[in-house]
Amino acid sequence: MLFAATLAIFITMLLAIIRGIVGPTLYDRILAVNMFGTKTVLLIALLGFVMGRPEFLDIAIVYALINFISVIGVLRYSDTHQFKHSPTLEDPVEKED
Amino acid sequence: MKHTVSLFITLSAFWLLNSGHYSLLILFLGFVSITLVLVIANKMDVVDQESQPIHLKRNIFGYFGWLIKEIVQANITVVKHIWLSGESISPTLKKIKITQQTDMGKVIYANSITLTPGTVAIDLVDDEIIVHALLLKDVESLETGEMDRRVTMLER
Amino acid sequence: MDIIITISSGFFLLVGSFLCFSGGIGLLRFPDFYTRMHAAGVTDTLGAGMILIGLMIISTDLLVFSKLVLVLLLTLLIGPTTSHVLAKAAYHNGLMPKTLNNHEKNNAKETSSSNP
Repeated sequence: MLFAATLAIFITMLLAIIRGIVGPTLYDRILAVNMFGTKTVLLIALLGFVMGRPEFLDIAIVYALINFISVIGVLRYSDTHQFKHSPTLEDPVEKED
Repeated sequence: MKHTVSLFITLSAFWLLNSGHYSLLILFLGFVSITLVLVIANKMDVVDQESQPIHLKRNIFGYFGWLIKEIVQANITVVKHIWLSGESISPTLKKIKITQQTDMGKVIYANSITLTPGTVAIDLVDDEIIVHALLLKDVESLETGEMDRRVTMLER
Repeated sequence: MDIIITISSGFFLLVGSFLCFSGGIGLLRFPDFYTRMHAAGVTDTLGAGMILIGLMIISTDLLVFSKLVLVLLLTLLIGPTTSHVLAKAAYHNGLMPKTLNNHEKNNAKETSSSNP
């Protein structure tokens, strides 16, 4: 069952990568990266049990913190003009006036 | 003072969990590092009832139990709508009035909304929360104020 | 006793991986950014929780158990913070959610609620 769970997490990470590549807006990409990171935490914890080395959990904790800080760090710059969403550039949202 | 003690206990538990070695030297080094962190935190003036909300201890566990039940239900709903077709969702953006007085209560309420799948608190201005919900039903159940009432009960 | 542990941890792991997989599918299927955020929320709360509870059941060491609890607490604390920051940044930078013609409805309800 550990293998099945690991496989499911792998597939989920793959889906997150697809959304990160496709994702029309910048925020979709950041969301996908964040989800990829949280799933990596789960994957490390699961792999620790699969390999019989639960010390991997320390790495999982550190990875959770790094992932959090990196997302906050990226969004720290959300005031700059590259983050402004222009509806002409990326279509699928309808701007309400 | 009691906030410092509470921070000390939290840090000690964190350190003991992460270390796993309990020889005298290592314990001494851990004590020194915890004291250092306490001194720095006191200088930064962050040890208060905001970072150590020990005045909430009375009711918080009952609230957690209720919140876990809500989270499980909301998860089931969202997963159901993921596997149904895309037509079944009704995304909604809505401003919701809140009745909490303290900042702590407002933050707990907004975080509970975000933690429950299907609803995300986008912004918090004075006594209004902008909520985005996957279903119209979720917003309506927030507006009936069950969660609001429980958080307000929590803060006194 | 052994078989109970195996079965229950297997059940939790299976439910957790199904929830995570559903969240990934929802991330691909939902129409706009805000709805996708709800799908990611499923994997962050109950998906991660179920998998970690399943691991807690088969953990033999108390230290490992408490570290799993720590990972779960960190996930539950970090998840809402990141999604709130992300949603706020998106909203303030002009990404409007696709909603079911609720613009008029919102206005109507706002005026009706502010009147009395």
